[in-house]
Amino acid sequence: MSAGSVREFQQSLADLDTASTVVSPDEFETELEDIIETPAVGAELPFDDPSLSDLPVQLEPSPAQLREAVTGVTGARMGIASLGTVAVESRSRGDEFVALYPACHVVVVRERDIRADLSDAFSWLRAEFEAGRQSLILATGPSSTGDMGALVQGVHGPEEVHIVIIRDNE
Amino acid sequence: MSESTPTRPEADRIRALLETESDEIKENTRLFNAARYDAVEAVGAETHEQYRTRAREIKEKSIERLPDLIHRTRTAVEANGGTVYVADDAEDANRYITRVVADEGADSVVKSKSMTTEEIDLNDALEADGFDVWETDLGEFVIQVAEESPSHIVGPSLHKSREEITALFEREFEPDEPLDSAQKLTAFAREFLGERIDEADVGITGANFVMAESGSIALVTNEGNARKCASIPDTHVAVAGIEKIIPSIAELEPFAGLISRSATGQDVPQYLSLLTPPVDTPTIDFDRADEPGFGGGDADREFHLVLIDNGRRAMRRDEELRETLYCIRCGACANSCANFQSVGGHAFGGETYTGGIATGWEAGIEGLDVAAEFNDLCTGCSRCVNACPVKIDIPWINTVVRDRINRGKDPGFDDLLVDGLVPDEEGSGTPLRKRFFGNFETVARLGSATAPLSNALASTGVARKSMESVLGVDARRDLPAFERTTLRKWARSRDPNVEDPVRRVVLYPDVYTNHVRTERGKAAVRVLEALGCEVVVPDVGGSGRAPLSQGMIATAERKARSAAESLLPYLEDGYDVVVVEPSDIAMFRREYEKLLPAGAYERIDEGSYEILEFVYGLLENDGDIDALPAGNGAGIAYHSHCQQRTLGLESYTETVLERLGYDVLTSDVECCGMAGSFGYKSEYYDLSMDVGETLAEQFEPAADERTVVASGTSCMEQLDSLLSPGTRHPIELLDPVGREDETPNGTSPLRKS
Ligand code: SF4
Repeated sequence: MSAGSVREFQQSLADLDTASTVVSPDEFETELEDIIETPAVGAELPFDDPSLSDLPVQLEPSPAQLREAVTGVTGARMGIASLGTVAVESRSRGDEFVALYPACHVVVVRERDIRADLSDAFSWLRAEFEAGRQSLILATGPSSTGDMGALVQGVHGPEEVHIVIIRDNE
Repeated sequence: MSESTPTRPEADRIRALLETESDEIKENTRLFNAARYDAVEAVGAETHEQYRTRAREIKEKSIERLPDLIHRTRTAVEANGGTVYVADDAEDANRYITRVVADEGADSVVKSKSMTTEEIDLNDALEADGFDVWETDLGEFVIQVAEESPSHIVGPSLHKSREEITALFEREFEPDEPLDSAQKLTAFAREFLGERIDEADVGITGANFVMAESGSIALVTNEGNARKCASIPDTHVAVAGIEKIIPSIAELEPFAGLISRSATGQDVPQYLSLLTPPVDTPTIDFDRADEPGFGGGDADREFHLVLIDNGRRAMRRDEELRETLYCIRCGACANSCANFQSVGGHAFGGETYTGGIATGWEAGIEGLDVAAEFNDLCTGCSRCVNACPVKIDIPWINTVVRDRINRGKDPGFDDLLVDGLVPDEEGSGTPLRKRFFGNFETVARLGSATAPLSNALASTGVARKSMESVLGVDARRDLPAFERTTLRKWARSRDPNVEDPVRRVVLYPDVYTNHVRTERGKAAVRVLEALGCEVVVPDVGGSGRAPLSQGMIATAERKARSAAESLLPYLEDGYDVVVVEPSDIAMFRREYEKLLPAGAYERIDEGSYEILEFVYGLLENDGDIDALPAGNGAGIAYHSHCQQRTLGLESYTETVLERLGYDVLTSDVECCGMAGSFGYKSEYYDLSMDVGETLAEQFEPAADERTVVASGTSCMEQLDSLLSPGTRHPIELLDPVGREDETPNGTSPLRKS
């Protein structure tokens, strides 16, 4: 399994009309606060550090908060550099709802978790499945449809996706 | 055309679709098709090919061990806490699903796109029991509101324009604001369906793949509706044909890229959901809108996987229909099909499925009578063959089903004239017209023997009228004019006189080159001789292409065996077989695999060449290009042949013409629309011309400055009628003798000027 590069990941995201920001671990909170438009909901990130707890993000929201939120923040334990894809897990923290309802989905992914391509991603997936983590969505760009006579972004899922990449500490 | 012509209603139906739905379908399928070509190029043809090979292997093996995989799936899903139900048929499946919905005490159900639930008419069954059902895929939603059937496997509503959808929605929903843009329509549908999803008690999805080992499903979507249908209602029912099962996540890899690349030209879908239900996502309770933790619901998630047989196990046992089960429903066979691009799935489709592979599905699920309604729209052009991500021989499935339909038909004909044309193998059920086209070789032999009388007779008004009413041969088409001196006769009368030949060549006298387009055969002989080859034109019969295209497989097989018997001794002797007509080289290289013993097929496949491919090879091996007339920058508009392009042979013609100094413009349409006998048939005349129109549009601006050339006989016929007579075969441009002493085809007394 080879590591993918941040630069390639960002290029792929740009091709998908998807914003991305690279931050150092120290800058994480201030940068994210800038990116998040409130009201926002979130699912606590799937890694120990950093956390969303000090950010203006409602964790474990009520259905009303979920519907009102304009931003949803989740983490991803895997990104694919060549495709701009991230993995949204179906965890008990409700990542799937947070990722789907608000118009903007902000995804936090660590540099070290970026895989080079689909086949590297599948090596990771096989290991995940083996470990019993077997429900996730490989999401690439905003939701879209061509069914209404022209390409439109933002259908049943987010209209906008913003990927925040946390640099690994040297 | 007389009212009693049985082809009339079909002609009217096609004409109506050409007027109403064709523009949208053309635009959308061609967009998908072009995007597919781009995506394959971007990933690299070789890589794409490796994925196809791998995907094919996985599907073959999975269907082979299907009973075991069903068993494993059941074990895994039950271990996860879900339920598996294997339904024998549509009724069985609907009974089970309506019971699940009733047991939930549900009022309403939301669905994401699923062709399998279309197949079993699940919505009707649910509605009959009083449940509200909403399709949440926007394309399906449009179809549901319009009360129509899908016109395409991937884009069910792609025959509808934005304006039509606006009119439909404004009529049905009377919104406060006008819905006059795709954005507004989407926003309206999102809100409307969003509420339905939040309220629904049961979510029904399909499954693009089922992974036995972990009991997981994979869902491919772009809109996000499948994600919502699978996670918002507490109960999730996934419905899939049994053929969707693969062993595990490991086998999913090649499909993850292939399916979107083939369907829409995307690298991957927007959302590839890998779900192993019941999922950990908490349940959500909108009735407790202000309670944290998504309403604090403590409901249990429930999951039912409904696997549907509905004819599939029988298809699995059917040697010929079996590979239909490998289909991953990407729609590429529809997008790459010239006929489909013109009429869409409302003509080229059955009860549920649309496009080339629909014949296999509908024959297996519904029966031959449903497949018979549209099977003839497959002309065997083979453009779908390379498009299919799992390498299904879609034209062959269409041919097999056509053969079965022929055999099942009541004869209803008792015509002595045609008796001689009926080979015993086909039985008397094969309709008269199919026998006529299928035995064109006999017609041609008689035609040449009695030319020019035969041509003069056939062109009379009376003859054309009766041909139209008896055989359904459209009177607007020019008929081939038979040459009295066949190519073979001409070749026998010559003294070839090539000393020390570089190669010894059998020029295969296909039916058209031998009887009708003899000039291209003569040119081929002279070009080969000029490049130092000894050429013989032996007495070999038809390749079997004509009967095969009518679904007369037994006759085709007999022809193939007889042609092989004539050709193999030459091949053993070190001769190369060179073929002018692309549909015949395609027989030798593709279909003979199905018709001949493996050894004979391999020998012929290896030893046969398309004429320009062979010339290219000669030039590459020190052949003297100066022996051929130079192009001097003259312009050429070249239309290759559909089957030739499937074999990857068109580039040889382009390269040779360019090396000779021609300026070559090549068409990029999938097919000229004539497709052998297809364009002659009365009910398909309009469709054939509509398909040809795109080719004409590409060449018309250039036709004044460029010589129009085409490799296939039927393409030449079509171009002659679309532009002006005089289309030539590329080999004629290479002819060292030139054309002065030949009778140009365009001045044949039987052609319209
Ligand atoms: S037959 Fe092949 S090309 Fe056609 S829909 Fe099925 S998988 Fe796609």
